[in-house]
Amino acid sequence: MDCAKKTKLVLLSCGSYNPVTNMHLRMFELAREHLQIKGHYEVVKGIISPVGDGYNEKGLIEASHRVEMAKLAVESSSWIEVDSWEGRQADWQETNKVLRHHWEELLSREQGTDVVGTVKAGRKRKRIDAVSISNKRKHGKMEVAHKGLMHKTDGPHLMLLCGADVLESFGVPGLWKNEDIEEIVGSYGLVCITRSSFDVDAFIQGSDLLWPHRHNIHVVREWVANDVSATHVRRALRRGHSVRYLLPDPVLSYIQERRLYTAESEQTNAGVVLAPLQKHAGNHG
Amino acid sequence: MGRIPLVLLACGSFNPITNQHMRLFELARDHMHHTGRFQVVGGIVSPVSDSYGKRGLAPAQHRVAMARLALHGSGWVTVDDWESRQPDWTETVVTLRHHLQKLLGQQPSAADLQMPHSSLEGSSEPPQLKLLCGADFLDTFRVPGLWRAEHVEELVGRFGLVCVSRGDLQADRAVHESDTLFRHRHNIFLVREWVRNETSATEIRRALRRGLSVKYLLPDAVIDYVREHQLYTWQSEQRNKDAVLRPLGQQGAPSEPLNDS
Repeated sequence: MDCAKKTKLVLLSCGSYNPVTNMHLRMFELAREHLQIKGHYEVVKGIISPVGDGYNEKGLIEASHRVEMAKLAVESSSWIEVDSWEGRQADWQETNKVLRHHWEELLSREQGTDVVGTVKAGRKRKRIDAVSISNKRKHGKMEVAHKGLMHKTDGPHLMLLCGADVLESFGVPGLWKNEDIEEIVGSYGLVCITRSSFDVDAFIQGSDLLWPHRHNIHVVREWVANDVSATHVRRALRRGHSVRYLLPDPVLSYIQERRLYTAESEQTNAGVVLAPLQKHAGNHG
Repeated sequence: MGRIPLVLLACGSFNPITNQHMRLFELARDHMHHTGRFQVVGGIVSPVSDSYGKRGLAPAQHRVAMARLALHGSGWVTVDDWESRQPDWTETVVTLRHHLQKLLGQQPSAADLQMPHSSLEGSSEPPQLKLLCGADFLDTFRVPGLWRAEHVEELVGRFGLVCVSRGDLQADRAVHESDTLFRHRHNIFLVREWVRNETSATEIRRALRRGLSVKYLLPDAVIDYVREHQLYTWQSEQRNKDAVLRPLGQQGAPSEPLNDS
């Protein structure tokens, strides 16, 4: 019936994943269901992209471990996978750059094989010129044409999946560049899982930047509170408390075998400025 | 003076067992170790029998099987089906008495408890058995006709409670407001779970009825079992719909169904 009209969608989640927890994984499940029921999408893939070490977050352990744990966590998943590109970069990558990278990957795969798309042989697709995109960005202007990017192709859409805290962080001075936010919500789209305490609609309403793109921001209400965060997990591990059943068993074994997450590891990057703040510091007049 | 060997017993519907249930054991064990007085040597999940009459209760054989799948790799928590096999609903203290007797070796098959880390032999202290529960459990003492006064006395006096709750003060208040509980407050251990994690069996059944994902809320093996046996549908939730909860029927209370969600 409606199946032919469903747009294929890939969800990308960036974050520390320090470590991955059941909460992260639940986020994917909730998002997929919401989008498939309410948004007429067919979610074909979820991507976990752990941040690189250059992010300089306090307590951030090596990307290689975080990537490996995430892989262990999604072993039993039929649709979520882990991508290590961002984690392997020496410098911290802005979120919109990571989106761009994955979007270009998606496109080249589309054009190469029929793996993700449903386009029949012989039909032409619009070629997205990655160079022209970056040229537009160099001039510091977000062209309106860029906004229509996703919808012109027959291939899958790519959206950023995040918690409400990321959306809230758009308001933190110096953390995000306006044009980057514009690109994320304008060219890609946001799927935001909220805890009931945060009024996402009010936040979007109050933002001149987000309001024009409100149709690209999908809010998924998490009716049942689940505040189990990686911070909580790390704290428990430091104190020798059990975190079993808060994260997949293989991840827990990995942590225990290597004794990750100690009081010492929590001091990593202590006193160091977070990469986005450092990077954008020069941009303020 | 050596640590007291301690076994934690959790009674409940386990309909189905969830990660949240298993977390209770983990939190309780950490807490009791931390007091310096106890050595937790085992945990027991005791699913209630079908005659409890709770709405939407799946057959005991399934609930027991799922609990076993979930605790397969646990190493210290096991499932006991004695309570579920009794012909009628068993009062909590009766179940506790049964398990304490087993523990003290006064009945055969004490070895069934399978406690690989047991230090029963090494300790000079006799082992204790305490009831593991959530904060909601303490409030049930106030429901008219649900508990016999002498049972509450035996439960908190002779056995003791390990009660896991959120960072709110619900459990503290319940102890304060009951003279019996207050008198035995030294035998009621309140464990805080500071992060909210409200993914209960009720929520999970709701999600399953609606065909929504419950992955990462309970073990994959349990989810597979639920699917295979088609448990937890809209129909199954109608089971016992108009029945009186068994404890209320037994204690001779007015036969209005307990409005429990």
